[in-house]
Amino acid sequence: MKELINSPLVHVCLTLLVFIIAKKLQKKYKSPLLNPILITISVVISFLLFTDTPYEDYERNTQVISFWLAPSVIALGYALYSFLEEIKADFKKIILSMLAGSLTGIISVFMIAYLFGASKATMISLAPKSVTTPIAIEVSKQMGGIPSLTVAFVIVVGVLGAIFGQTYLRLIGVNDPKSVGLSLGATAHALGTASISEKGPDFSAFGGLGMALNGVSTAIFAPWVIKLLLMLLY
Amino acid sequence: MILIKQVAIFLGLWLLGELISFFTHLPLSGSIIGMLLLVVGLELKLIKTKDVKDVANFLLNNMAMFFIPAGVGLMCHYHILSQEWLPISVAIVVSALLVMTVVGLIMKKRS
Repeated sequence: MKELINSPLVHVCLTLLVFIIAKKLQKKYKSPLLNPILITISVVISFLLFTDTPYEDYERNTQVISFWLAPSVIALGYALYSFLEEIKADFKKIILSMLAGSLTGIISVFMIAYLFGASKATMISLAPKSVTTPIAIEVSKQMGGIPSLTVAFVIVVGVLGAIFGQTYLRLIGVNDPKSVGLSLGATAHALGTASISEKGPDFSAFGGLGMALNGVSTAIFAPWVIKLLLMLLY
Repeated sequence: MILIKQVAIFLGLWLLGELISFFTHLPLSGSIIGMLLLVVGLELKLIKTKDVKDVANFLLNNMAMFFIPAGVGLMCHYHILSQEWLPISVAIVVSALLVMTVVGLIMKKRS
């Protein structure tokens, strides 16, 4: 029995099953707090603790799921390509806002964490917090952060953005679909984008664009910025 | 067959990206280079939209699920989170507000 519980079949089934149920729950109750990722991670952790299974076993058993992370990053290229005409029309403005946003995000989270006494590994793991997880994981791994910690930060940012993002943007007078979409996509990736998708296709299109562009920009700049900041601080 | 071809294109782009990353020592992961290659390939019509569309949509729609195994790894970092919860939460909240402000105001000002 112990061998069956600690097998790829059981671990993959459990993960898929909980995720599907959590997605249904969110659809039914429409609460951003019922985030399927958050729910699935909590249930799986409880299961592993209950069955006394080390994380390394679960990680190995579910490689069939995590293998598709990299291809899903590549698939963002397809989304980016389908927005190409819209990007060209507003090229300068979009690029400027995305560059400023992505640098602001990396530098501010890094410096605030430093000032409040976080450890180096935590600071690096925080740096890519605003981008879609596969890219965040890659940046974190490459720079000496802790990828699974980065994932947690990305989820927290996504949930916060989904719950408070729209209200905050209205407060500072940002209301048009382009600006709202790009801001939320760039700040809170897929979760932020999902929270405005019901407002219309233009909101979700620019949410996706913000997510993709900040992802690319962070993937390119974060390693250099982190290297530079580490050199200056330590 | 159609799906196998599409999956093969994605894995091929990934492999090509990894090779480029390895030989050029760029600070970009193989998957990010693969993503850029896909944009260029589609724009130059080297890759047809219909040859990537279905798998791309499948991957994009289920992106969230693929990182659950990494997220579960959180259970190994309980001590870091309990020790450093203050810098972590302040940094995340303030930085997220700053990013929204910067992007939102630049887009609004110049539109």
